[in-house]
Amino acid sequence: MTTDIALNIVLLSFMAIVGLAIARLRNLFPVAMLTGLYSLLSASLFTLLDAVDVALTEAAVGAGVTTVLFLATFGLTRAREKPVPRSRTLIGLCVTVLTGAVLIYASLDMPHFGAADTPVQQHPLRDHYLKTVSDEIDVPNTVTAVLGSYRGYDTLGEVVVVFTAGIGVLMLLGVAWRRPNKSAERNR
Amino acid sequence: MREHTVLRVVTKLLIAPIILFALYVQFHGDYSPGGGFQAGVVFAAAIILYALIFGLAEARRAVSPNLLRITGALGALIFAGTGVYAMLRGGNFLDYDYLAHDAIHGQHYGLLLVEFGVGLTVVSVITSIFYVFAGRGRRNDDEQPPGDAR
Repeated sequence: MTTDIALNIVLLSFMAIVGLAIARLRNLFPVAMLTGLYSLLSASLFTLLDAVDVALTEAAVGAGVTTVLFLATFGLTRAREKPVPRSRTLIGLCVTVLTGAVLIYASLDMPHFGAADTPVQQHPLRDHYLKTVSDEIDVPNTVTAVLGSYRGYDTLGEVVVVFTAGIGVLMLLGVAWRRPNKSAERNR
Repeated sequence: MREHTVLRVVTKLLIAPIILFALYVQFHGDYSPGGGFQAGVVFAAAIILYALIFGLAEARRAVSPNLLRITGALGALIFAGTGVYAMLRGGNFLDYDYLAHDAIHGQHYGLLLVEFGVGLTVVSVITSIFYVFAGRGRRNDDEQPPGDAR
């Protein structure tokens, strides 16, 4: 337990350091790398919290795919941030501090980590899912059973959202796929 | 990246285990952490890694963008189709109990099919998005380094 706490503190402070470094850097290539590192750190944090599903996704999407997409975008735009006038950075700082303060204030109302009297622990549905899953679905991984069967509608909705996002990107950018020289020849 | 021998060799060694792990996460999702979505992103990461090291044109030849468009739609259709099939067998939409004679077997078939649909859509969409981002603004995929695209 103490090693867990120590690891949590180390990971969280690393995340804070990476965040500060991202804010300071003007060259965007290292920023893309650091956001990947940030995702990897949060994936480790999710693993510590036993949320392995989320950690897998975060490591693959956050640290892998998103970083590559950032880099691909730098190929199209400039990879250096424009200098921002001082007055505007001040406004940004104020907004950030204010939002952070509100979030911290809100977090005081949240139950303590691992507390026994939270809705997650006490809601009758929790017992239903955990106890009857072996009779109704008989799958050791309750998360899969809940996502796929009990909450199948939600998951279907998520898949359609992913599919729609893909269609949207393809409609906006997908034309570049057709080799330009070929279509140009056809037009001649 | 033609000249980076170490990267090319290491990538060649890594891609097969990454894909194997993705398939494990996909089809072992009932027993261990993971499922269609996680498997999909890991599989897509393998394809993207291949494209980064061996070039976009090679990756497009291995996994064609047109195929991805079809499989992306097919994944969502498999998911919804499983629900419709359960309806045809006399149950409600997505009620896997009716997929087989035994309710628990039906649930197992349902979960397997549904997770497969999720995985298929996620691989296709993420890889397609990468293809259009990486291929945009470049006439010849490999002749120009990304920085010279303009």
